[in-house]
Amino acid sequence: MQAVLEHSAPKGASERKGKRTGLLLLSPAVLILLVWSLVPLAMTLWYSLINYNLIDPTLHGFAGFSNYWYLLTDPDFLYSLLHTVILVVGVLIISVGGGTLLAILYDQEFFGRGIARVLVISPFFVMPTVSALLWKNLMLHPIYGVYSAMMRAVGLTPIDWLARFPLLTVMMIVSWEWLPFAVLILLTAVQSLDSEQKEAARMDGAGPIAQFRHIILPHLSRAISVVVMIETIYLLTIFAEISVTTAGGPGVASTNLAYLIYSRALLQFDVGGASAGGVLAIIIANVAAMFLVRSVARNLEV
Amino acid sequence: MATLELKSLRKTYLTEEIIKGISLSIEDREFVVFVGPSGCGKSTLLRMIAGLEDITSGDLLIDGQRVNDVEPGKRGLAMVFQSYALYPHMDVYKNMEFGLKLAGVPEKERSEKIQHVAATLQLEPYLHHKPGQLSGGQRQRVAIGRAIVRNPKVFLFDEPLSNLDAALRGQMRVELSALHRKLNATTIYVTHDQVEAMTMADKIVVLQKGVVEQIGSPLELYHHPRNLFVAKFIGSPPMNFFSAIFQNGGHDGSSVQLRDGTLLHVPVSPPDILPGTKITVGIRPEHVELAPASDDSGVVEVIERLGAITLVHVRCADGQIIVVQTDGFTTLEVDTPVSLKLPPQHCHLFAPDGLAFEACRRHPLAA
Amino acid sequence: MAIKTKRSTKIAVTCLGWGIALWLFFPIFWMILTGFKSEVQAVSTPPKLIFAPTLSSYAEVFERASYWHFTFNTVIISVGATVGALLLAIPAAYSMAFMPSKRTRGTLLWMLSTRMLPPVGVLVPIYLLARSTHLLDTCTGLAIVNMLTNLPIIVWMLFTFFREVPAPILEAGRMDGATRWQEMTMVLLPLALPGIASTALLSLILCWNEAFWSLNLTSSNAAPLTAFIASFSSPEGLFFGKLSAASTLAVAPILVLGWISQKQLVRGLTFGAVK
Ligand SMILES: Nc1ncnc2c1ncn2[C@@H]1O[C@H](COP(=O)(O)OP(=O)(O)OP(=O)(O)O)[C@@H](O)[C@H]1O
Ligand SMILES: [Mg+2]
Repeated sequence: MQAVLEHSAPKGASERKGKRTGLLLLSPAVLILLVWSLVPLAMTLWYSLINYNLIDPTLHGFAGFSNYWYLLTDPDFLYSLLHTVILVVGVLIISVGGGTLLAILYDQEFFGRGIARVLVISPFFVMPTVSALLWKNLMLHPIYGVYSAMMRAVGLTPIDWLARFPLLTVMMIVSWEWLPFAVLILLTAVQSLDSEQKEAARMDGAGPIAQFRHIILPHLSRAISVVVMIETIYLLTIFAEISVTTAGGPGVASTNLAYLIYSRALLQFDVGGASAGGVLAIIIANVAAMFLVRSVARNLEV
Repeated sequence: MATLELKSLRKTYLTEEIIKGISLSIEDREFVVFVGPSGCGKSTLLRMIAGLEDITSGDLLIDGQRVNDVEPGKRGLAMVFQSYALYPHMDVYKNMEFGLKLAGVPEKERSEKIQHVAATLQLEPYLHHKPGQLSGGQRQRVAIGRAIVRNPKVFLFDEPLSNLDAALRGQMRVELSALHRKLNATTIYVTHDQVEAMTMADKIVVLQKGVVEQIGSPLELYHHPRNLFVAKFIGSPPMNFFSAIFQNGGHDGSSVQLRDGTLLHVPVSPPDILPGTKITVGIRPEHVELAPASDDSGVVEVIERLGAITLVHVRCADGQIIVVQTDGFTTLEVDTPVSLKLPPQHCHLFAPDGLAFEACRRHPLAA
Repeated sequence: MAIKTKRSTKIAVTCLGWGIALWLFFPIFWMILTGFKSEVQAVSTPPKLIFAPTLSSYAEVFERASYWHFTFNTVIISVGATVGALLLAIPAAYSMAFMPSKRTRGTLLWMLSTRMLPPVGVLVPIYLLARSTHLLDTCTGLAIVNMLTNLPIIVWMLFTFFREVPAPILEAGRMDGATRWQEMTMVLLPLALPGIASTALLSLILCWNEAFWSLNLTSSNAAPLTAFIASFSSPEGLFFGKLSAASTLAVAPILVLGWISQKQLVRGLTFGAVK
């Protein structure tokens, strides 16, 4: 910064004043975010290197990398990592894929389209604990759930979804919440597509599939990158849905990294171990963020 | 009372110098027009005067006071923007009131001033309309009204008429001139439009790439362009140019030889150049004379009949096209052979560095 | 022939559009419906679509004084976090939109990247910090955390909206003698009000529905609705009628707000990637 100022031409007093005003207005938000992102990070790093258990004060002192070692060799951790990736990727595929198709569907003119759209996007506004309970009890409950009743009605034995396929069911519930978000954004993008462009493609003899591939999809790429970015932020830390439906179980069958750290820290009071998990979560998120922010940044003109 | 003084103003964006040292003084009540090709820095210079852009170096003086570091609102200027920049959430009355209110003018005085300005600009019926409900011309008037009510020392206009259609532009041009005569305030006006520049200005400043090419009255620029750039830029249709060889010259004029061998004795005194130097001759379309062909010196290629005048594009023997302006009654037709006559008193000569030869006698209207 | 295929595709599109919409909305519909059942009706097999509606579940939810306590907490936390975030974000977005520098783009991306920091990663320190500052299980604490997590997205949304305001209008204000502060409050804010409103709305929705910090940083005193609903997940809390009534009450305000403002919301959320 100093170097930049020194290299540029001499500035008038008012120019420096203008810069100062700009900085002054920006600084509260920047400083508070700086503190918010650095202090806890530093603390997590520190805790991850010490022995620290909230209910066992005899355990203390420098632990080195033993927390990490302990975690990395813990099969639960590897499972939770795998489950995190499965959840993020699965929901992204369902919501972006389904969202694109639905966006095109709801771009078509049909009777009552406005109301249908409103119905489709509604799940996005439902709080995660409610949607988790809703699905767990009203929909998928093996005895009282609507889906179970429907299966019985066609002569099938109802399945206890959350016990048999815990991860898949959680993924489905989360997809139900996030698909509408993708539709919301992608539909706006589809609507902003110049209809003349589509007509020109039709004049060139492009069928619906060719139109989709060569006109619609490229047009949607920016919006898709926004959807992927925002959803990833939230999907990396799915918590309420798991906590409410399966509590990570059975065993660790539906435990993701967020839930594992939570259970280590607040259920087992192992601050050191939980912090090591936190550091790993941050590293993973940053790797994802690097790619995402880059690709989104390329797609946004700032 | 307001005079402006620009002392070698410079503006640098990052590393690029946009305004390269402009000095200029503007008298009280003068109407000064900045013209120049797109991107030459007209708006930047105007905004530096307004205080919306910082001045990298140099001094800006208003009434002798250095105002480089004075806030835009405190410089006593008012600006009319190309896009009007009306406050869309306020009605016409509030738009005009805003500046007065900020200046702490009492309610009653505000109302009187606004009523007065609204009457001048025929805006009374619209005082309680939002800008979105007005036509382009009305918005333009509101923008002007907003500038007038503050009774500024200097008016700044940045291409204020360029968003209007041709008819309205003509009308507003006349209104603005009348307004200036009435208010008698110092005015700086940026435009692309030749007609606006020629008709409204007391003084035109021709800019190119951040430097001043010439400052002068409209007719001074027309009759005595200082260099090739100004000669090309002022006048529509533009001046014709062809190359020639400088023969000799003195205080009473210079002799040049055209490519077809014709000798011209032009009443301009040469700078310090050698006989045999290749120079440029310029002559405006309205000064070239057409004669029925006695030889094959030219052929009519295109005829543009504009009613009152006719533009005849003549292809010369060497292939160059020369535009000639004649009256609206000419019976010439395409492909007719014609010969051209260049009255030497109307010719301009330009040295290889682009500078014009000094005229021996100044034009009476451009003295 | 052409007309015929057109009509049949139209019918197909209508059926598909409505079918998917109803299917996706069904859980919410069922939740609302179950809220009007008695506990017995709610667990009848097969589930009843037609029944004598009763308000008994709602009555019971309202009777529990705690319901209002949770709602109050949620409102305080959401509004507090939103107001706080706007107060920080408006000047920042103004500075970035109208006084951009070489670092503006970098700053924006950095802000967004702080949002990428997974909350679990910092759960432990935040929990301990909250505990040592006595902000654990307080509305203030949760509001601060919500404000900070949403700040980057709010700054970006406002930045997007502010950039749509033509700069000459603000410059006209400055020529009229407005100070920076007056320019911001008297010219920019009224103009960007729709954008600010939709930003505030999104922030409200995000705070209202936030679960991770709500569940981990509160126990009883400051627990918001989302935690209240979660308490139904315990086996002894399994009363479908009451669960549905309470859930309906918890999501209704935000659902209605979302319906009303969906267009505005999207405009901000696309970060300018969609015009
Ligand atoms: N904020 C800025 N940052 C960098 N360069 C700029 C900026 N504003 C203007 N310029 C550059 O300065 C030069 C002059 O711009 P200016 O707007 O003054 O031109 P102009 O003469 O008004 O043109 P026009 O007739 O098209 O309005 C242009 O080359 C432009 O690219
Ligand atoms: Mg300009």
